[in-house]
Amino acid sequence: MISQSYAALTIEITEGVEDAIPIAVVPFKWTGDKPLPKDSDIAEIVKADLSRSGQFAPLKTADMLAKPFSPRQIRFKNWRILEIPNLVIGQVRPGKNGKYIVEFRLYDVYRQKQITGFRYDAQPLQLRKIAHKISDIIYEALTGIKGAFDTRIVYIKKFPNKTPKPYRLYLADADGYGEQEVIRHDWPLFSPTWSPKGNQLAFAMAGSLGQGVFVFDIEIGKQPRRVTKRSTKASAPSWSPDGSQFAIQVLSNGSADIYTMDILTRKMQRITRHWSIDTEPRWSPDGSRIIFTSERGGSPQLYEYTFDDKRIKRLTFKGKQNLRASFSPDGKMITFVHLSKNNGYNIAVMDLGTREMRIVADSSSGESEHESPSFAPNSSMIIYAANYAQKGRKDKKTGLVAVSLDGSAPQRFVDEGIGEVREPAWSSYLN
Amino acid sequence: MKPVIKLVVAILPILLIIGCGSTEEKAEGAAGDSVSVSDGGASTASASDGSQLGDGGTVTQAEPVPVVEPEPEPIADKGSADSDLLSERKIYFEFDRAEIKPEYQDILQAHANFLMANPNSSVVVEGHCDERGTREYNIALGERRAHAVFQFFSLQGVSKEQVRIVSFGEERPDVEGHDESAWKWNRRSVFVYAE
Repeated sequence: MISQSYAALTIEITEGVEDAIPIAVVPFKWTGDKPLPKDSDIAEIVKADLSRSGQFAPLKTADMLAKPFSPRQIRFKNWRILEIPNLVIGQVRPGKNGKYIVEFRLYDVYRQKQITGFRYDAQPLQLRKIAHKISDIIYEALTGIKGAFDTRIVYIKKFPNKTPKPYRLYLADADGYGEQEVIRHDWPLFSPTWSPKGNQLAFAMAGSLGQGVFVFDIEIGKQPRRVTKRSTKASAPSWSPDGSQFAIQVLSNGSADIYTMDILTRKMQRITRHWSIDTEPRWSPDGSRIIFTSERGGSPQLYEYTFDDKRIKRLTFKGKQNLRASFSPDGKMITFVHLSKNNGYNIAVMDLGTREMRIVADSSSGESEHESPSFAPNSSMIIYAANYAQKGRKDKKTGLVAVSLDGSAPQRFVDEGIGEVREPAWSSYLN
Repeated sequence: MKPVIKLVVAILPILLIIGCGSTEEKAEGAAGDSVSVSDGGASTASASDGSQLGDGGTVTQAEPVPVVEPEPEPIADKGSADSDLLSERKIYFEFDRAEIKPEYQDILQAHANFLMANPNSSVVVEGHCDERGTREYNIALGERRAHAVFQFFSLQGVSKEQVRIVSFGEERPDVEGHDESAWKWNRRSVFVYAE
């Protein structure tokens, strides 16, 4: 059921960043005889992670005056000259039973002190994961924000209709590496979303078998099971923060409304009652609210339902349409699709405190259209799907893009295959 | 390419509709074949095809003019105007709307009449959208379009048991492309009859 095809998504960093923190990540010394497993260069992975965040500017290896890998080898002046305040060194040694011992240290160059350092016992296939964990520690030590590199993404690929089972669901590391096909089907699969604990995924399926919401356990790899009643045309699942309920869209009598459903009892509770389309519910991380898309005001806009007073308030007023909101895990922001006056689909972020909106991915150049934004678990980055128009061709080139919140350092994972990549969703923290 | 299909499918006799559960895609594929078949019937164009020939009909001068413009179609033995309309299995919608346009009322009426006359027949009404907007929104919009058809049938007296509605949102475009020339064919409702 699970097949692996590495590097189907290739990474492309498109813009440099100002005000990024300079850091040197010295190549890790490998003391073993045989070469390390493929794509397991720890320093390279850490550098790519840090630059992808938009908050770091790693020094090029070629510009380094020395390449220390143990504390005694460090000459801090070599780094002061280059105005590099942060230094990472490390090494990888052969461990017992084919394992690896990875250690790293992060230094404050000007204070000439170690900030942090760890040693790991790693299985061969865990080296990339260890590298992401190291990135997480460095990121947190220097920004005060928990890193989100050791995380995963889920997304859907749609292959041309003549392909058998053209709808496929994939998992990959947050850097696009290690793509894994998990599910394939003839009928449209959409709206994949992570359970709060990150051990389950839910998605919707449309078509003649009956539209519904399905759930499966990632580790166990069992067949997805339908969680909504067969008689209920449900989609757009969003887990409650405690994982016991879903907010869903339900189609009935031509109208789409928002319901909540207890996963164990399947008992449903109606949240909205309006002849217009109400869709794309997202449960707030504190559980108090549901944000959804509604066209009750004439065009699709975002609205907020509060459980306390059962009131519905409109949230967005700018632009032609605003759709498919997603909360930042800290609950302070939402990201959504914003249709601007020139009919371009942009990605926007709104601060829920100030209600100020800004665009993080602009489509006004006409180069691409954007959809399906999702926050990283540390609320500092957004991943979304982009369609790139190709002159004279009817098929689209598609990819996933990760951006920092100010829209800087967009990093594209462009799909090289024939499938259309869509609807990425970032996992919560793993472990 | 699209408008051609309407003409060609129009000559298929009503029996075909009941007999085969072929999908819309198949009907499109057959379009080319059917057109070439009509070549032989050129000399026996009947008067009732006047609307087809249009201004060509008045050209009755001295020399015989070879027919170059529209090919006259052989006239099948049509039972009624309904059979023409019944062979139309798609209706189209405005952007972000689900109201049935007046020009499609006759088509829907013909299908409603057929369903009432054939209580054992059943139809799946599909709702589709163009690619603009989000997927879930379009799932809802497609449902709404299909439901508009369902409601029309119900008001005419068609049994609810004969009609099932399915939304495909933006997932099954009829025409590939990323502008209105494609989108207008994708905002549609399709009637698929079961055997």
